[in-house]
Amino acid sequence: MKEFTKYPIDGKYGKYGGRFMPETLMSAVLDLEKAYLKLKNDQVFKKELDYYLSEYAGRPTSLYFAKNLSKKVGGAKIYLKREDLLHGGAHKINNTLGQALMAKKMRKNRVIAETGAGQHGVATAMACAVLGLKAEIYMGKEDIERQKLNVFRMNLLGAEVHPVGSGSKTLKDAINEALRDWVANVKTTYYLIGSVVGPHPYPMIVRDFQSVIGKEIKSQIMEKENRLPDALIACVGGGSNAMGTFYPFLDDHNVKLYGVEAGGHGIESGAHAASLCAGDEGILHGMLTYLLQDEHGQISTTHSISAGLDYPGVGPEHSFLKTMDRAKYVSMTDDKAVKAFIELSKTEGIIPALEPSHSLAYAIELAENMKKDDLIVVTLSGRGDKDVQVVADYLK
Amino acid sequence: MSMKETFERLKDRGEGALISYIMGGDPRPDLTPKIAEALIEGGVDILELGIPFSDPIADGPTIQAANLRALKSGTTPVRVLEIANQIKGYHNIPVVILTYYNIIFRIGLENFFDKAKKSKVDGIIVPDLPVEEAQDYKFIANKHGIDTIFLASPSTSIVRLKKIIEYTSGFLYIVSLFGVTGARKTLKRSTIRLIEKIIPYIKGKTPLAVGFGISQPYQVRSIIEAGADGAIVGSAFVEIIQKNEYDEDNMLNSIRNYANELKKATILEGE
Ligand SMILES: Cc1ncc(COP(=O)(O)O)c(C=O)c1O
Repeated sequence: MKEFTKYPIDGKYGKYGGRFMPETLMSAVLDLEKAYLKLKNDQVFKKELDYYLSEYAGRPTSLYFAKNLSKKVGGAKIYLKREDLLHGGAHKINNTLGQALMAKKMRKNRVIAETGAGQHGVATAMACAVLGLKAEIYMGKEDIERQKLNVFRMNLLGAEVHPVGSGSKTLKDAINEALRDWVANVKTTYYLIGSVVGPHPYPMIVRDFQSVIGKEIKSQIMEKENRLPDALIACVGGGSNAMGTFYPFLDDHNVKLYGVEAGGHGIESGAHAASLCAGDEGILHGMLTYLLQDEHGQISTTHSISAGLDYPGVGPEHSFLKTMDRAKYVSMTDDKAVKAFIELSKTEGIIPALEPSHSLAYAIELAENMKKDDLIVVTLSGRGDKDVQVVADYLK
Repeated sequence: MSMKETFERLKDRGEGALISYIMGGDPRPDLTPKIAEALIEGGVDILELGIPFSDPIADGPTIQAANLRALKSGTTPVRVLEIANQIKGYHNIPVVILTYYNIIFRIGLENFFDKAKKSKVDGIIVPDLPVEEAQDYKFIANKHGIDTIFLASPSTSIVRLKKIIEYTSGFLYIVSLFGVTGARKTLKRSTIRLIEKIIPYIKGKTPLAVGFGISQPYQVRSIIEAGADGAIVGSAFVEIIQKNEYDEDNMLNSIRNYANELKKATILEGE
């Protein structure tokens, strides 16, 4: 299975993915593909990226056995892949360092990016600062409101933040605006997309850069338990931390893969962001994938307490894994995520980001019904400092 | 009149085609046929009608706002096709539908082209559908005898251009610049060079029309003089609609007059 999607022909994962882009951007995505295929096997590039990942970002991250939480839940052993310990506080830096290095090699000195929670914006700003590139970040006005701290961080890191007031003023509109910028400035500008979404080759590139998560999990769990885990759990916004977690395990069929989407106020309420659980096939941002949309094909406004999951689409490879029954996708509500957020803080002294709090909520439900020596790995994609205000407001 | 006949007849008369773009249902579905009529009275030769989409990535602020107004007024894809049918009932000019691919994908290709055919639609433009993804689309459109208009841009390589010319029918849509839709006051020299670069590959095969940023009579004239068969004007008309949203008479008069000014600029001989 891994071999099959390793290099998707024409960017297709089964029927999903593709390159549904305006003609003006077609040469850019074709050039990007060529550049990536060359750099991917370039030893100098690999070495440089490894250097930044370890010396600058803090890889490898630990695989921590959450003893207290596991004991309290009283089922399987729960391990946490600590991406929250990375520089910047989220897994996003794995991808931004890789792509910013590519931008540099491709001699594009201006980098644009979209951001939802602000985590990808911050990670882009960091990578650009350290590599001497200029960063401009598109962010929905509504997200700017709920993630003010990250806006301040991006500015501090030397990035310019462009507020986006169109549409729903969240992540999807920030991507629209970044694409419009790219159409106008494609000759000088690198578009550094933040998840496994967009036209081919982005879903492949971002997956490859994030796969360091799953690779480390594999060797670390072998070292600690001398066997592979029974289940992997990761949250799915666009799906990059989940794809990075799952990908190295695709051919290990005894390892169950669970992607957790944002259930918002509950699927029945219509106010959620669970594209795989409740959406239909459609085309947005250059890819054929599962989307939340109305009967006429207009994209829905979504809701989640976590800005990072608040997106009506999902990476095409997840749509493929769902259809092939290789991964299972579930959703957890705002309420359950906040409960898990508090639970991990109290039991382990780790404040998780709201995004992976959704994964934790599911892990707690799943672990309860598993045997004592079963193993679950949850990817803790980020830390929760950015979310404390949101949670405080929620609990009022 | 078919698209082919329209271009041939204009060519015989030494004129370029004036192609207008408005959003179906902007500001209200019942106004669109009246706006179309004003455009046609003003001299528009081919009418492009948009189906609104929530996420129009190829459009600048003016047409984004038109998408929103049309969606707010409850315009569905089927409603726009009905409007097209209504216009075709009164006027003998080609009507082309422009929309993003999700709208067509959602209805289903067969179903969409069936409905378009019944509404006497002449052609379809999909700005986010490159030739690489267009096999089924092209096949089904051909089956229904509906033209598929593809776009070429300043970044299109010669290899791609040849493929696009194979796929396009009705006309080839040349995107004049790097950027999204929206009225520009000037015309870049690069636009003229682009037209001149493309002409040798397409001459005698398919007409070519130039759009994005074209809003002034002198831009229209320069494009036609450079050898294009048509000029596409969108945002300039949409701006008139936006400014006169609540003044129907003024809206229709301004549209008619502006179309007339632009049409004059397409006529090269006898000046
Ligand atoms: C900590 C964290 N986890 C997860 C996500 C969701 O992104 P993805 O699904 O691409 O991993 C985000 C996005 O901002 C995030 O900040």
